Amino acid sequence: MRFIFDSNTWQEIFGSISKNKTRTVITVIGVLWGIFIYIALAGSAQGLNNGFDKAFKTVAMNSMFVWPQSTSMPHDGFKTGRQMDLRLNDVSTIQNRIQEVQYIAPRIRQGDGGPNSEPVYTVKGQKSGNYGLYGDYPVYTKIATKKIYDGGRFINEEDIEQARKVIVIGERVQQELFEKDEDPIGAYIRVGTVYFQVVGVHKLANGVSFDSDSDMFIPFTTHRKLYNTGDLVSYLCIAAYDDVDVVKVEKDIKALLRSTKRVHPDDERAFGSFNLGEAFGRTMDFAFGLTFMSLIVGIATILAGVIGIGNILLISVKERTKELGVRRALGATPSEVRNLIVLESVFLTLIAGVLGIILGAGVLSAINAFTKDVDFPYTNPTVPIPYVLGALVIMVVLGTLIGLIPAQRAVSIKPIDALREE
Amino acid sequence: MIEIKNLHKSYKMGSNSLHVLKGINFSVEEGELVAIMGSSGSGKSTLLNILGMLDELDEGSYDLDGVPIKNLNETKAANYRNKFLGFVFQSFNLINYKSAMENVALPLYYQRVGRKERQEKALKYLDQVGLKEWAEHLPSELSGGQKQRVAIARAMAAEPKVLLADEPTGALDSKTSYEVMDLIQKINDQGNTILIVTHEPDIADMCKRIVHLKDGIILEDKKIKQVRASEYV
Repeated sequence: MRFIFDSNTWQEIFGSISKNKTRTVITVIGVLWGIFIYIALAGSAQGLNNGFDKAFKTVAMNSMFVWPQSTSMPHDGFKTGRQMDLRLNDVSTIQNRIQEVQYIAPRIRQGDGGPNSEPVYTVKGQKSGNYGLYGDYPVYTKIATKKIYDGGRFINEEDIEQARKVIVIGERVQQELFEKDEDPIGAYIRVGTVYFQVVGVHKLANGVSFDSDSDMFIPFTTHRKLYNTGDLVSYLCIAAYDDVDVVKVEKDIKALLRSTKRVHPDDERAFGSFNLGEAFGRTMDFAFGLTFMSLIVGIATILAGVIGIGNILLISVKERTKELGVRRALGATPSEVRNLIVLESVFLTLIAGVLGIILGAGVLSAINAFTKDVDFPYTNPTVPIPYVLGALVIMVVLGTLIGLIPAQRAVSIKPIDALREE
Repeated sequence: MIEIKNLHKSYKMGSNSLHVLKGINFSVEEGELVAIMGSSGSGKSTLLNILGMLDELDEGSYDLDGVPIKNLNETKAANYRNKFLGFVFQSFNLINYKSAMENVALPLYYQRVGRKERQEKALKYLDQVGLKEWAEHLPSELSGGQKQRVAIARAMAAEPKVLLADEPTGALDSKTSYEVMDLIQKINDQGNTILIVTHEPDIADMCKRIVHLKDGIILEDKKIKQVRASEYV
């Protein structure tokens, strides 16, 4: 191993590769391309991964929705097609009977209970617009994180108890109803026929969101008083504990609802549901698959590049037959010749690898800069250091192995044959 | 310096065996300048290759400076070549991407001489062959005679016991040939042992001893009165 740390060895290698520039450049490009593809792919996959993570961060990952539909089977004397409904007492039933449930947020959408859910005509001074209106409990923010602007807040318990006429508006509502420099907090807006005081503005979460930026939230109790909906609920947002099987909880909840509402146990249509955990799992499987594929493709490309190096070195050994013969005649031992070729291979591979990593990192950061403000799940595309080091190790090992082929060829040339006059 | 007894060498050519050297007895003292002559196929290059440890002998013995040269592995042969021998080839065989000085320093590199010392020695030997000003030039920028002089400086740089020259003037015109021979004679005057393979009688006459090979045996081995190449330069 002494020769690796000998500056003379490196002078020889450096001399040989710097004096054959075209060959060196072409050789380097092969591996550079390979490691570049590897870094770009692995980084992009990681970026997508991070993007998904960020998108799902705004909601509880193990959450689901349950909403009423109509029955599809006759049962217990009822005809098929009976319209189902959800009420506040169902919330406590579920909470009491199903241990895995952490939070339940019943929501009511304006219009449910009436014929349609429809946006509400809202006025502020000279400006007006139509916006969705929801009756909510504070617990809703446990399931879907709401970013509230400076100075504002979400609905709290006192709002619920006293049925206060307070409202949390969306970002777009603020933009459309208020002047740019106007502070909406504390201002009054007319929703339908009733004036509400704005207590907060919620920012639209990037990524997965249950609400749009034009939705407005008022206390559930205020809503039920205003619109006379009693304890009717539009749908339930349910979050299970972190370590439970969400799919099973979803089934249990629906089974429980069927039995309390006297629906046929096999009637899947009576209640609709959507399971975010499952969707999230599927997305994450996809992201994992992508990462895995990028690794495979990247390593295969590196392999192709390294084989290219071996190939070019093989040709170069043939070209340099005479030179190697001279070196042998001047006293180079076979192992010195072998080391020269192998080290050339490893050195070229490493140079190419480092350049490729730098180039790949540059492209990744450029993509990152471009997608920063775009609604696309792509955040902070990085390649974990172990992946980079792993790739470097693979390259050095492959470079050595592939370098051994031309090196062996170089050693097998007898100096006498190399020097024979043509 | 060189002691060869009953040397045989044959090459296999397919099913036939070609007997090239058929019992050579030959010795060289220190400080001799020997020309090995013969037409092509006489075995002179084979003899030189065996002397240069580039090829192995089949039968007989070869002692170089008291060291028996037999059954060497490649590594040992390389070390001996480096220590004992300097080579000069017909086609110069300079490494084309190395400057004249780097070419001269190459055998020293394989002797593990430090870089600084290597360069100093290389410059010293380039100076001896009159090419100090050309140290930084690549072989492609040198004339044939200059290339051969660089090659001679390279062969001398390792301070070998014996200098082996295979048709050193074969690729040069007469004037340049004589210049090169003049240089070889001067090196010989300093006490170096030199063997030259040649088929040109005028070159052979510039040595101190001529060995004639024919069909693998020594036809004639005579000491001659040396013609100084400087008379022609």
